[in-house]
Amino acid sequence: MKNMTKNKNNLYSLIALAVLLGFLAFLQSDTAGYSYQISILERSAIYAVVAVSMNLLTGFTGLFSLGQAGFMAIGAYTVAIFTIPVSARPSVYYVSGISPVIADIQLPVPVALLLGGLMAAGMAALIGIPVLRLKSDYLAIATLGFSEIIRAFIAAPVFDTITNGSYGLKSIPGFSSIFTVFGLAALCIALMVLLINSSYGRAFKAIREDEIAAQSMGLNLFRYKELSFVISSFFTGVGGGMLAMFMRSIDSKTFQVSLTYDILLIVVLGGIGSVTGSVLGAFLVTSGRELLRFFDDPLTIAGVQIPLFRSGFRMVIFSILLMVVVLFYRRGIMGDHEFSWNGFFRLIQGIPDRLKRQKASGTGKGGAKA
Amino acid sequence: MSFTIFLQQCLTGISLGGAYALIAIGYTLVYGILRLINFAHGDIFMMAGYFMIFAMVSLPWFIAIPVTLAVTVILGVSIERVAYRPLRSAPRMSVMISAIGVSYLLQNLATYLFTALPKGYPEIPFLKKIFQIGGLSASFVTFLTPGLTLVLVYLLIVLINHTKIGMAMRAVSRDYETASLMGIKINRTISFTFAVGSLLAGVGSILYFTDRMTVFPFSGSLPGLKCFVAAVFGGIGSIPGAVIGGFILGLGETALVAMGQSTFSDAFTFILLIVMLLIRPTGLFGEKTTDKV
Repeated sequence: MKNMTKNKNNLYSLIALAVLLGFLAFLQSDTAGYSYQISILERSAIYAVVAVSMNLLTGFTGLFSLGQAGFMAIGAYTVAIFTIPVSARPSVYYVSGISPVIADIQLPVPVALLLGGLMAAGMAALIGIPVLRLKSDYLAIATLGFSEIIRAFIAAPVFDTITNGSYGLKSIPGFSSIFTVFGLAALCIALMVLLINSSYGRAFKAIREDEIAAQSMGLNLFRYKELSFVISSFFTGVGGGMLAMFMRSIDSKTFQVSLTYDILLIVVLGGIGSVTGSVLGAFLVTSGRELLRFFDDPLTIAGVQIPLFRSGFRMVIFSILLMVVVLFYRRGIMGDHEFSWNGFFRLIQGIPDRLKRQKASGTGKGGAKA
Repeated sequence: MSFTIFLQQCLTGISLGGAYALIAIGYTLVYGILRLINFAHGDIFMMAGYFMIFAMVSLPWFIAIPVTLAVTVILGVSIERVAYRPLRSAPRMSVMISAIGVSYLLQNLATYLFTALPKGYPEIPFLKKIFQIGGLSASFVTFLTPGLTLVLVYLLIVLINHTKIGMAMRAVSRDYETASLMGIKINRTISFTFAVGSLLAGVGSILYFTDRMTVFPFSGSLPGLKCFVAAVFGGIGSIPGAVIGGFILGLGETALVAMGQSTFSDAFTFILLIVMLLIRPTGLFGEKTTDKV
């Protein structure tokens, strides 16, 4: 019996995957017509990678780090520097020229992405040694500080011949199809899920639950924290590299603190400690931001222009929605559970009941709990 | 660099440091009581800038300033009421995320209401008057800032050490539960703390923006972070610490800008923070705490 439900669930997953692939193929068939939808989905997939890697750190190891933007910047700049076609470089570095060290090195995209991740991981390993001794909010503010330092170095005139300073880098080769983005994102997330389910993942969770207890059980706290920090930064770097390829042009302003906050809000909305929640959150937040776009257009009802609707209103609504989630649904969409078909069906079956109860009591409170 | 220029730079640094110190106190007070980095504090400071712009449109400066300060205090206290109070028993990370959410909301709200373009800060005539002492010349606000900062800090220390509400604040920051058992109204004390913090941020904002001349929706976020660093540097929870941290940051930053390294002036703040956290995690005047199992 148990086997049968398992088979059934696998079947559902296969169907869902096929539907997704079919949908992507449909979009891919007319890239010009659906460019808007494609760009939303690609950005969501990239944010999903970064959100899951932040969740690995925050949700599974209990380390609250706000350095995401900095590590993304390292990945993005590494990928950009090594993949811009050599022929296009003079026009990119037209102001200050290009350093001879990197002028002729062009790497294939997968190697560059890997290198971007490794650079971010290397930096994390260095930063981690001093910073991981700190706890909770001190750790958050120190990593935030490092992320700003990285940004300052990128924008510094000294490195103009490498990072092109405040002019930023452009002509970065893009992705050939939406499948590449989704494939890469899925690969990264799958690797992190494998890690979370391994004995390392269990050690991370032990540290999250109680550091002192974990230490008493013989876990080397520093080693596991450092490992989690380095791996998370690796995937953040890869995500940053993907973002660079998605945006085609980057500058140091792309990687401000607000980028970290965006990722944090995805993680919170999805549920701290849930991988599927982060993925869901990435798609919801990114597309939600676009769907709310109609708030920015002037709205006229029966000849009267509603004064509220103008540029910027969308972000206000969006931030209020997020505050509502933070205040009233603190556990996010998924809490610390993962998506499962059984849970999904239970939720659907529960909806009529819940409606009935709401009608009966009059003052029902709805809550999305999976 | 001649001696006069050096003095001139010092004066600029001290003046900037004074404004930083006033904001840093807001962080240190709130952190001392709630153990929360109030990420929205920098944005309260930014909003105070906008309030002043609108108050000055129709009111003379001596009415506009109290109005601005009052509105800023109301904003700070209502943020605590709406966004932090419901999370009193929640894990610390949730409250911190809520603070980040408020900061995000205020920035977006400011962008929506006042557009992202920098708005000119009104000139208060007597603050902008140029004074000359020897070879030094600076506007009155540059001289006023450090002095006013010290006076306000003195008043605050008196308030905390010698009044009933100050005693309540100290008790709440030491131990929530015991304080409430002793009959201290926790929520009222916390509201009062936010009011004081916001008031100082409002004063800081007037001094800071009179020098800077423009306000835009993100003009609070970086100074906010810097002032938090100043508070950590001085030892979180300690008011003299926050003031000294503020002055050190202001001087250091001005020195870097004067040496032509302005790109690194922001990074300097964080390098200072990390060095401090490594050498002395509790800051200059912080108290040592130990973890109990």
